[in-house]
Amino acid sequence: MTLKIPVVRDILAANERLAEDNRRIFRQAGLFVINLMSGPGAGKTSLLERTIDALRQEIRMGVIEGDIQSSYDAERIGQKGVQVVQLNTGGSCHLDGNMIKSSLDALDLGNLDLLMVENVGNLVCPAEFNLGEDMKAMILSVAEGDDKPLKYPLMFQESRVLLINKIDLLPYVECDVGKMRERALQLNADLEIFEVSCRTGEGLDSWADWLRQRVSDRKAELDGAKT
Amino acid sequence: MHEMSIAQSILDIIFQESQNHKVSRVLSVSLKLGELSAVQSESLRFCFELLSKGTLAEGAKLDIERVQVTCQCQECGSKFTVQELVFTCPSCNSPKIDMLSGRELSVESFEGE
Repeated sequence: MTLKIPVVRDILAANERLAEDNRRIFRQAGLFVINLMSGPGAGKTSLLERTIDALRQEIRMGVIEGDIQSSYDAERIGQKGVQVVQLNTGGSCHLDGNMIKSSLDALDLGNLDLLMVENVGNLVCPAEFNLGEDMKAMILSVAEGDDKPLKYPLMFQESRVLLINKIDLLPYVECDVGKMRERALQLNADLEIFEVSCRTGEGLDSWADWLRQRVSDRKAELDGAKT
Repeated sequence: MHEMSIAQSILDIIFQESQNHKVSRVLSVSLKLGELSAVQSESLRFCFELLSKGTLAEGAKLDIERVQVTCQCQECGSKFTVQELVFTCPSCNSPKIDMLSGRELSVESFEGE
């Protein structure tokens, strides 16, 4: 006899539960956590290096590096003298809550203020999987073109911050930053947008200031909860 | 591209529910996929077929319902379907809107024996 069985279950619920576990751990440690996403080569690792240089005197930072293969990025970040752990997804196109959870043992969370997770280079899949982060930030480089918001809407919808990178290349590429901004804001009016160049350093001060504020807000929350 | 992990999660749900309902063979699975979810139907079918081989869901048909992206304006309250990915209210132009549907990724039901 054929049975029809109603289920109505969220396919990603298992990941959501793990992400919530991670979120609780991060909150307890008073950490601010960002999930950094972009297509391959947009400048995630370069942005991390620049961010570490800008904030290392005042903020204790750690990095989780997600890549399909290799430990190249973790070695780059490790040279900066911050805590870093490399995650290899072994073919998977995104990080998920479980991978993050399994990497936390390798980090001394009590000695961190800011944890930055570099997701696998991919403009599609990472947007669908929460990791327990406070916010998602995405990088789009001008070399990728101003049409990307139209093609990868979910990532723009999910992100709190958009960093438009490689603005030093603007004279050489067909990219209308005004259009890029407009298209991104049509998808998500709350996006905070920074135009930067990780090569020249242009625009990175505003990004660092913004991030510094988020970290100090988190500390204030934690102190408020203690008193 | 992450259809493989989505297909595995679907199977996990199906295996669990089959056990609960004493189903030994799954014939079809009904899914809801929002238009904004980054999942491609054809790729999901392919991954599901691959992963379900040798399990009680082998050969099961996937019935996929795609759900349009709809929103409600926080300012004027009007409800609308999002056209061409413009997330502003067509009535009053406000960008302050809540998404009502379009992100679905769920197993709705399945048929088995």
